Amino acid sequence: MEIRKVNNAGKMTVSISGRVDTTTAPALETELKESFNECEALVIDFTDVEYISSAGLRVLLSAQKVMGKKGGMTLINVSDDIMEIFEVTGFTDILTIE
Amino acid sequence: MKELKITALTENLPQVLAFVDEQLEAADCPMKVQMQIEIAVEEIFVNIAHYAYEDEDGIAAIRVDVQGQPPSADITFIDSGVPYDPLAKTDPDVTLSAEERQIGGLGIFLVKKSMDDVIYEYSDGQNILTLKKGW
Repeated sequence: MEIRKVNNAGKMTVSISGRVDTTTAPALETELKESFNECEALVIDFTDVEYISSAGLRVLLSAQKVMGKKGGMTLINVSDDIMEIFEVTGFTDILTIE
Repeated sequence: MKELKITALTENLPQVLAFVDEQLEAADCPMKVQMQIEIAVEEIFVNIAHYAYEDEDGIAAIRVDVQGQPPSADITFIDSGVPYDPLAKTDPDVTLSAEERQIGGLGIFLVKKSMDDVIYEYSDGQNILTLKKGW
């Protein structure tokens, strides 16, 4: 998994590529936690995410809890297969997905 | 039927997934089903790595058996750790808001939802959990 971050006037875009699983989710969590203090709003680009397990879902839920109280968190470019995982787990109702 | 015996440690997850993927790819498993199976395999193996053997290292055996037309995969996990039925856990309430939702408990729920069948038994001192998924 690789993470790229671009901060544009308080709106941070975090682009993830690869697999978000038990072994990589802690690195994503660390990156997102750092971003909380550096931005008002968070955009997570899922274009190149191949796979997400519940370890990744937990990180997204924690981030939503923090950013929901700030300027919000939006997921973009989510593939159909990953969207199905969000639907099954009720994450489509919790997260803002565009 | 192919079998992998491996120390039940989280850092061995990539090897477990590579082994399962190899069998699924040989059986022309579609990408989407392969991802669902991988997610389930990750949940079960990580569960064993965390809970089965407490402080000491133990072995987990993973068996993959693809049969039939249309094909169906049986993926069986065997460990000789403490008896633990992950299916006994109550499902999380997936209708709650982000503020009310608990972190965790989602893994096994995802497994139950995405597999055709999940069977647990404790026999001869072993936890035996089988995932079934066809395509």
